[in-house]
Amino acid sequence: MTTQRTKMSALVAGLAVASLAACSGGGSGEAAPTQNSDGSTNLSMWTFADVHAAYYEEMADQWNDANPEQEIRLDVTVYPYEDMHNKLQLAVNSGEGLPDVVDIEVNKFASFVKGSTPPLVDLTEAAAPYADDVVQARLDLYSKDGKVYGFPTHVGAFVAFYNTELLEGAGIDYTTIETWDDFREAGAEYNAATDKAFGVASTGVNFVEPLITAQLGGEFFDAEGNLQVNSPEVVEALSMEQEMQDAGAISTIPGGSPDSEEAFGAINNGDYAAIVYPAWYTSRFVDYMPDLEGNVAIAPAPVIEGGAAQTIGGGGTGASVPVASPNRDLASDWLAFAKLSPEANVAVWEVLGFDPVNMAVWEDEAVTMNPDNKFNQYFQTNLFDVLNEVKGGIGHLDSFTDPNWPSVDNTFRTVTLNEIFENGVPAQDALDQTQSDLQNELGQ
Amino acid sequence: MRQILYSKRLAPYLFILPFLVTLAVFWIVPIGRSFVMSFQEVLYGQATFIGTDNYERLWRDRVFWQALYNSMRYMILTIVLLVPIPMVLAAVVNSKLGNPRVKAFFKASLFVPALTSVVVAGIVFRLIFAESDSAMMNQVAEFFGFGPVRWLREDITGLVALLALALWRWSGVNTMYFLAGMQSIPTEYYEAASIDGASKFQQFLHITIPNLKPTIVYVVTISVYGGLAMFLESFMLYAGNSSPNNQGLTVIGYLYRKGIEENDLGFASAVGVVLLVIVMTINLTYLIASGTFKKEAA
Repeated sequence: MTTQRTKMSALVAGLAVASLAACSGGGSGEAAPTQNSDGSTNLSMWTFADVHAAYYEEMADQWNDANPEQEIRLDVTVYPYEDMHNKLQLAVNSGEGLPDVVDIEVNKFASFVKGSTPPLVDLTEAAAPYADDVVQARLDLYSKDGKVYGFPTHVGAFVAFYNTELLEGAGIDYTTIETWDDFREAGAEYNAATDKAFGVASTGVNFVEPLITAQLGGEFFDAEGNLQVNSPEVVEALSMEQEMQDAGAISTIPGGSPDSEEAFGAINNGDYAAIVYPAWYTSRFVDYMPDLEGNVAIAPAPVIEGGAAQTIGGGGTGASVPVASPNRDLASDWLAFAKLSPEANVAVWEVLGFDPVNMAVWEDEAVTMNPDNKFNQYFQTNLFDVLNEVKGGIGHLDSFTDPNWPSVDNTFRTVTLNEIFENGVPAQDALDQTQSDLQNELGQ
Repeated sequence: MRQILYSKRLAPYLFILPFLVTLAVFWIVPIGRSFVMSFQEVLYGQATFIGTDNYERLWRDRVFWQALYNSMRYMILTIVLLVPIPMVLAAVVNSKLGNPRVKAFFKASLFVPALTSVVVAGIVFRLIFAESDSAMMNQVAEFFGFGPVRWLREDITGLVALLALALWRWSGVNTMYFLAGMQSIPTEYYEAASIDGASKFQQFLHITIPNLKPTIVYVVTISVYGGLAMFLESFMLYAGNSSPNNQGLTVIGYLYRKGIEENDLGFASAVGVVLLVIVMTINLTYLIASGTFKKEAA
């Protein structure tokens, strides 16, 4: 009896100790690089877009062909957009469970380089061999205090996608649309003729607003980093859009933005005729709107007459290496190859259909005019003809790199744009309210 | 050793020790840490004391008040719906009406929603309440001669979707609580009442409800907490934490947005501390008012 009891207590005590040990397991300081028996190294990666995963796997194969002595085994996990960033935020705060390489979307990036000891590896050195060929503004997006913490995927220059079949039906020639005034008039005409929507007033993404603001020469923050979302240029940009909405040239869309499943259905259905969006939207047409093949033309985004810039880069993804990665040196070298090298930039176009950051590729007609390319087959016009046309006029919005940009972006996407486009609040009033809300939130 | 293990005075404490340790490690320590962090600015590996700055920003933050309003509204409406409806359902199941087999099936199927994952349920409800006119709820709306409704884009219809999800999910659980309560009421009471000529409805009003009081107190208490702490339902229904005009944002959603999405853990801790104070105030007031802490007067 007594021995049984002793045995039982020993068992219980043992279980308790084991479970405690299980809880505290894994956190034993810095791990050594993890190499397989065949000399290759496992690299884990997180991303939030399926198409990116295919691209990275292609770049891992190319790297292994060129560097047989430094082979990598890439293991890409795709998570939903919000989930991946939240998971990453938790992981970097605890310093555990991190991947070796991670894709961070530009609107989230600033949160990860807050403070003086960011949890990401300084990639400046790894970028050095390629830095001269790459659009500097795109590297700046993912830099802080002169250090590069992430590599860009694309320029994301804003362009316009027109459904020519629908426009011809209404007697509109998209090539005559040059300025936003032209866009408004064409849209109003189309809307009057067909009673259908022309362009999109997004409430769920804040994309066209920075574009028009930059074209007007404005910023969301002043030179000292003070918030100014009710500055004259931002107010004018939103007022212009509000006028377009009143004229029937732009309308809200199911799902809140063109880049959502509900919207893909509506656009594919022919409910919208003109989408002004970054160049990477090509991939959405090809993947999600097969019915429109052959009916879509790419053209330069509408401009402001005599404006400060023709177009800007919008959206973006910076790939980074967490400091906690045991394989950070190899991961950095591979990542620089996978994102910045000429081979990589050809793949960015061929696999993803994005406008690559290495501009040398833009002029390589063997690549850009390839008739077998699925993007060239889908669209009536060639993306690079449009890009090369606006190349000299690609401006930059400094606000994108402000550490407080994520908060501004979030408030615009949840409140401000809804107030303006859904509830009809005048742009000035909505932006004054946003300014005071954000000033409080940011403690300015 | 033997003396300690066999001591009658120590034994009870030894038995509750696992619970106490879990409570301390996973509850009291985190709450204490949150309280400390709510006075700090927390960045990667650095924490700076900034006094009550987080609380001052919180006080002036319109979004926080909106989130609190949303949570309060949701909490009150879930109590309004999730106490009477399950109580009536429990009374039906408990009554002599109908075939016992049918009732057993009914009871089981009521409970099934509580076993499904909120994630799956949220996605299905999102599709049911989608904007397109082919979505299920819009077809129902069309049948009754109105719609298509933009369910998740308007404040009130969005709330309706959230409440529908809550009702679907929690009715079964609350019905089980009430059923258990009802079955412990002695049948003699009902027999005496029927001899005195009381109708079924009068019996329900004057015997069932007063005797169910402990169960009602319990259900309301957990509903106050559950309603104010709601997060996942809204997160899944709106496919993330951003909803038009923050109409689906709850206090926990706001805490998550500030702490996890925007990496302002100090501020998020302040939100958490304020929520704790609110929940405790409401529940303690309610428990004292309902006489739960009083010794049985019997």
